[in-house]
Amino acid sequence: MAGRQAVKAYLDLVSQACRAMLIFLKHNKIPHTVENIAIRKGQHKTPAFTKLNPMQKLPVLEDNGFVLTESDAILKYLATAYNVPDHWYPKLPEKRARVDEYTAWNHTNTHINTSSIFLHEVLLPCMGQPTNPENFEKVLADLDGTLDKLENMFLKNQPFLCGDDISLADLLAVCELIPTCLSSHGLEMDILKDRPKLLSWRNRVQSALSDSFDEAHSVVYQIREKFTAKLSPC
Amino acid sequence: MAGRQAVKVYLDLLSQPCRALLIFLKHNKIPHTVELIALRKGQQKTPEFTKLNPMQKVPTKLDICGFKNCNYCYYDAILKYLATTYNVPDHWYPKLPEKRARVDEYTAWHHVNTRMHASTVFLQEVIFPMMGQPTNPAKFEKALADLNGTLDMLENMFLKRQPFLCADEISLADLLAVCELMQPLCSGRDILKDRPKLLSWRNRVQSALSDSFDEAHSVVYQIREKFTAKL
Repeated sequence: MAGRQAVKAYLDLVSQACRAMLIFLKHNKIPHTVENIAIRKGQHKTPAFTKLNPMQKLPVLEDNGFVLTESDAILKYLATAYNVPDHWYPKLPEKRARVDEYTAWNHTNTHINTSSIFLHEVLLPCMGQPTNPENFEKVLADLDGTLDKLENMFLKNQPFLCGDDISLADLLAVCELIPTCLSSHGLEMDILKDRPKLLSWRNRVQSALSDSFDEAHSVVYQIREKFTAKLSPC
Repeated sequence: MAGRQAVKVYLDLLSQPCRALLIFLKHNKIPHTVELIALRKGQQKTPEFTKLNPMQKVPTKLDICGFKNCNYCYYDAILKYLATTYNVPDHWYPKLPEKRARVDEYTAWHHVNTRMHASTVFLQEVIFPMMGQPTNPAKFEKALADLNGTLDMLENMFLKRQPFLCADEISLADLLAVCELMQPLCSGRDILKDRPKLLSWRNRVQSALSDSFDEAHSVVYQIREKFTAKL
């Protein structure tokens, strides 16, 4: 890796995928610089950023001229190119397939459902838009279904989602499942609060990631504090 | 691979990812047996199938030599696993990290773009009327607009400077995409007809896949005949 420059990460830490990427870079001590792109200020739609990523989405990785989007692809590329411990993205095909399975499922399950909760509980009220209780009931039911599957199909009786060791799957999932905010009733909303198995799993993952986890989540903790102080998070 | 049994796949050929899987197996001559599941008859919800795949989704692959646990593999995980384990030509899922990352990039994007939008158009135009459900013109217009946006991205970004989505040669990305973009054809709707760049791409992909493509898509052609005969 002589002469190789640090990778550049374009991030907004409000985004779960961006947090996952930052944690991975820090935890594995991959040399990197961070360029903060504020979605709420429309910085992902500037001509310069659009030239970098016409999809206008985050995160984006730039590695010595190689530009890559989509958090799954970025994490898998980093795991391969930077020679991190095998458990993150195992080389053995059967073990790797389990991680690929989770990352594929994450898109249309964990991610969509947790994003809907955030939308209803934080973004819509923030924008002064009314929330729809019926819609919200459905969103909660969908999320419940996702959490059932996480427990019973992925986690089962193993300590991590894809086996005995932490992998990219746990990293992506945990960033979706931290307690983000207070509900509109002023109660702390931890969607895992009645699920001891998933709570234990989350603690295990947080322990494995230690400081890099808290650093990446500082923005989310700040939003939560503003809610606690009953100030607008916007 | 001596002593290794054929893989067994559970498929419904009306499902786009199932067709992709079947084409991949046939094209690469990977020994396999197929068990057909009819999603519309609810066969994926039977106790036997649920035991195999608690997610009640197809395709599901059971490698009776390799996997110890029940399989609930998601379709792109299955294709990537097969490409790795069965030593297919490198272009399907290249080993070089930068090239592989391009395929991973597309397959990630695919879930909530190509697949989501092409499926929605198909569901609203073909499946809902078949099930006697009312159609919603406003929703359908939106579905078409979303799909158009996806097609713009495919043309202007993935196919910008190269003959296939991720490189100069066909890969898993093209296979997944083409099966999704064939689905609206069930109603006779060719979503690529005014897009010469994508039409050329589709022709290239079909040529590369030859017989296995048409075999897998026979059910789509049959539905199209029935659908257009009714009009």
